[in-house]
Amino acid sequence: MATKNETSIKAEPGKQELFITREFEAPRNRVFKAFTTPELILQWLGPCNLKMRIDKFDAKAGGSYRYIHTDPAGNDYGFHGVVHEVLAPERIIQTFEFEGLPEAGHVTLETSRFEELPDGRTRVTIQSVFQSVTDRDGMIQAGMEYGVRESHDKLEELLQKGI
Amino acid sequence: MRRDVFQAIADPTRREIINLVAFNPLNLNAIAEKFDISRPAVSQQIKILAECGLIAIQKRGRERYCTADLKQLSEVSDWIEKYRQLWEEKFSRLDSLLSKMENEPDE
Repeated sequence: MATKNETSIKAEPGKQELFITREFEAPRNRVFKAFTTPELILQWLGPCNLKMRIDKFDAKAGGSYRYIHTDPAGNDYGFHGVVHEVLAPERIIQTFEFEGLPEAGHVTLETSRFEELPDGRTRVTIQSVFQSVTDRDGMIQAGMEYGVRESHDKLEELLQKGI
Repeated sequence: MRRDVFQAIADPTRREIINLVAFNPLNLNAIAEKFDISRPAVSQQIKILAECGLIAIQKRGRERYCTADLKQLSEVSDWIEKYRQLWEEKFSRLDSLLSKMENEPDE
């Protein structure tokens, strides 16, 4: 790949939503498949220093999913939600909740859109709508904590192995 | 218990307290009046916020005033960059996966 595609995060101050946008050098069907097939999700969605396992992943309207990240100390971090719509290969709408928060009920609504681009490329936009601005900012901060713990060296190592 | 921004904003009462003092400092009584819970309970939440570094307690005469210290909260762009890196790492792995899938037929 000649140039690396940048991930962009749009989170305007005072808003309850954020957008994650990224382009991929692959046709939309394939990208969609990587987002909706459990064996494939396992290979990219988990933070690389954590083990990931999928309890269930029923990618259809009315289905549900749950996956767990386990850190080296054996702590589990669970995530779950229900699937509202799977419109292959265009759109996925689902809820998302991190089970590790001090109180339950902080749920986000996630819409992932898959756009066909020329030359067999695809743009993915994930919109997350939170219940409040503080929920959103708290979530971004949690992501930061994760991010800091992620070791870039480890990532390089994995990429060199050609995962 | 952890003492950081995330812990601070995890509780709805604490979030409400931050909102109350975000624009003007208030004393403990004024804050406690806004809540149905007891004054000691409000006081406890303020203590946690102070320990998390989101509220500064200043003495003015006999009163203690709570001022929001939102430096940590306002570093949102910094947070976003770290959050972005987190996704970048996932998507880099997805790039590798997608190129591996290239040899397989698309459905």
